[in-house]
Amino acid sequence: MLRLEGITQVFGGIRALEDVSFTVNGGSITGVIGPNGAGKTTLFNVISGLYTLTSGNVYLDDRTITGFPPEKLAPLGVVRTFQNIELFGQMTVLENVMVGLHTKSTSGIIACAFKLPGHLREERIIRERARHWLDFTGIGELAGTVAGSLPFGKGRLLEIARALALEPRIILMDEPAAGLNSRETADLAGLIGRIREAGITVVLVEHDMELVMDICDDILVLNLGRKLAEGTPREIQENPAVIAAYLGEG
Amino acid sequence: MELHQQILQYLLSGFSTGAIYALIGFGFAIIYNATTIINFAQGEFVMLGGMLSYFFLSVVHLPLPAAVVLAVLATTAVGIAFERLAIRPLKNATPLSLVIITIGGSILIRGLTMLIWGKDTHALPSFSGSEPIDIGGATILPQNLWIFGITIVIIVVNKLFFNYSITGKAMRACATNRRAASLVGIDVRRMVLFSFVISSAMGSMAGIIIAPLTMTAYDVGIMLGLKGFCAAIIGGLSSGFGTVLGGLLLGVLESLGAGLISSGYKDAIAFVILLLILFIRPQGLFKKADSERV
Amino acid sequence: MKREIVKFLILALLVLVVPLLLKGGYLMNVLVFVGINTMLAVALNLLLGFAGQISLGHAAFFGIGAYCSGILTATFGLNPWHAMAVAACAGTVLAFVVGFPILKLKGHYLAMATLGLGIIVYIVFNEAVNLTGGPSGLSGIPNLSVGKTVFDSDTKNYYLIWGFTLATILLSLNLAHSRIGRALRAIHDSEVAARVMGVNARLLKVRIFALSAFISAVAGSLYAHTMTFLSPASFGFNFSVELVTMVVIGGLGSIYGSLFGAVLLTLLPEMLRTFQDYDIVVYGLILILMTMFMPGGLVRGIPAMIGAVSARRGNGGNEHA
Repeated sequence: MLRLEGITQVFGGIRALEDVSFTVNGGSITGVIGPNGAGKTTLFNVISGLYTLTSGNVYLDDRTITGFPPEKLAPLGVVRTFQNIELFGQMTVLENVMVGLHTKSTSGIIACAFKLPGHLREERIIRERARHWLDFTGIGELAGTVAGSLPFGKGRLLEIARALALEPRIILMDEPAAGLNSRETADLAGLIGRIREAGITVVLVEHDMELVMDICDDILVLNLGRKLAEGTPREIQENPAVIAAYLGEG
Repeated sequence: MELHQQILQYLLSGFSTGAIYALIGFGFAIIYNATTIINFAQGEFVMLGGMLSYFFLSVVHLPLPAAVVLAVLATTAVGIAFERLAIRPLKNATPLSLVIITIGGSILIRGLTMLIWGKDTHALPSFSGSEPIDIGGATILPQNLWIFGITIVIIVVNKLFFNYSITGKAMRACATNRRAASLVGIDVRRMVLFSFVISSAMGSMAGIIIAPLTMTAYDVGIMLGLKGFCAAIIGGLSSGFGTVLGGLLLGVLESLGAGLISSGYKDAIAFVILLLILFIRPQGLFKKADSERV
Repeated sequence: MKREIVKFLILALLVLVVPLLLKGGYLMNVLVFVGINTMLAVALNLLLGFAGQISLGHAAFFGIGAYCSGILTATFGLNPWHAMAVAACAGTVLAFVVGFPILKLKGHYLAMATLGLGIIVYIVFNEAVNLTGGPSGLSGIPNLSVGKTVFDSDTKNYYLIWGFTLATILLSLNLAHSRIGRALRAIHDSEVAARVMGVNARLLKVRIFALSAFISAVAGSLYAHTMTFLSPASFGFNFSVELVTMVVIGGLGSIYGSLFGAVLLTLLPEMLRTFQDYDIVVYGLILILMTMFMPGGLVRGIPAMIGAVSARRGNGGNEHA
């Protein structure tokens, strides 16, 4: 469903990613792992259009989305979350998720300013859908809270709810378990499972090996900007190159 | 006067105002590099230099050298006060509030100056006579020579300071990476204070040496400040040679534009250049673009 | 939502009743300017408070509206309403064209660029003497009229301009509570996340810049036809700063805050007539103190302060009890 072909990203002489090719299967949960500085977040930034990549191609189904800016990817159903959660801190939890429905509505400045009937109908649907996704992620009771004052774990859930509101085909999660305690991590694993059941493909960068091995169907291992290995969790666990890299012998 | 003589004349006067713009531009660059703040009050330091030396010279009746020294010291004191009272207390300020606060500071300084010394325009006598000197058919005033001389001295001292003194090197370290600098034991807050000291002193000096040519008043800081900023932007906000070139380029273009096109639109030239540079090459004319990591 | 409607109706009622209480007089004239400044402050707030993009040159769009209207009617004899339409288009188109390159800039750079734009326009007002009359001004601008009613007195102009002002406030409130308002605030808080959610941040910023310029230009046109005389001094850098001050005092992102800021900053100098030259010093102090101690503006700051004081009282009471 999502295919990477020869992705190379150079920053002023530093090769952050070199010739990475990989395919994400529709409906799967894919983990991207690797030591610090392996290029995992860079890979996400390339796919989600935050960096202009040096060379290579990104395909969604068979259509190229190479170099698409994030606002162009959103309507195609590609969305992401951030390692250091990026919430709209001064808006309420509900409003945050309503922004996630931006692409699901079309009213322009004039329709909004004059409260034309179509806009009012849209607004009602947006509100309902937003509440649905808050309930889906289990933070429905926080709808009226200002997002900036949420505890970290809830903020993470809000970011996921906001991304889901887009009704994406594929969601990229950058270290969703970072900073969560073990109970929150278990809940997250359950949530990710339900996201997959909703028919959404999940790709996640994660350091929590237990979580990755537990929930992922496929794993991509990066090391120093190159693809080190790919396969099922079992294959990866037994791969000597991966073990060497993680023990620091690579 | 023939055309080539005319052009020589424009070049000479352009270089002279350009040198002033460069000095003011340095002030912007030094504070920016230490704090990533564009100090909108920079032009007011320039104005204070001119106004204070007028005050010490004509009202207090001190000799010129003493008046100049006192004016620089007093302006520096204002710079320190501004940093201490308005910049340092801010923590985690957004760029928007920094813009607003330095603008607030600038109109406060301007307003207070107007209340104390009025709205009149004042002249400062030339440092040494006003006999024009003939250079290849064009003329130049002794004050222009003072401007060139003092600017060169300041630039050289500045270069030596940033390249060879411990404090100067520490300030450069802060400019490159604040966190790393503070980790190796550099007192970043002191460096920020220093940057205000240096740029207010430099700005006031610029205001003093140009005052005999253009006169001074409470409101000259806006234009001079903006043009200094323009010079700094052309130079890519470095406190190096780029800003000098930026200042000279701006000075010459302005003087040619005023002479050959229209003197009324002279001030607009700087801003058109400013906008063009910001639109097309925001990293400055003399810098390579960095491939920025988000 | 109901509360919003009630709030607005109370404001509208107040606007209607005030002239009856004042029975004409000098203050009516001041209130006309309060109306114009409110339009400008609300317009700037859409850009500054909602989208988080600063403009230090908004007086330029006000001036373009005013001079377009003034020149077209006084020099070329156009109908004032038509002139207003042309003026509004001129401001919008300029903002749209300049908006794309200028709004690519951020923070300090954006501030400097908009400031530069404002000064260029100001210089043109001064230097294009053939068109604008230069520093000595442009006079003989006709009043607006509807049918036989000519808006030539303070009271008539008051109702005309406050009609426009109330419309501006109502439409801006609607916009603020819509998907566009949310998208703008999202850009303000995290542009990257807003883009990931599919908000075309670049285009939306330009469109809101253009909308803001449109309102400012209409306000300029109203100003021209009310004053019947224009001079460049009304459209300089100081006025741009004054507008920013109104928005900051009232509270970034609060429409009623802008109304409040405009009322305060227009009435204050009138009341401090004896301190004429002090006003600029006062603005400077206000900007610094507000940014340092009340970054949310008076609209949010005062309730917060009252809350803090009463909470402290409450605690104190408990201790003694």
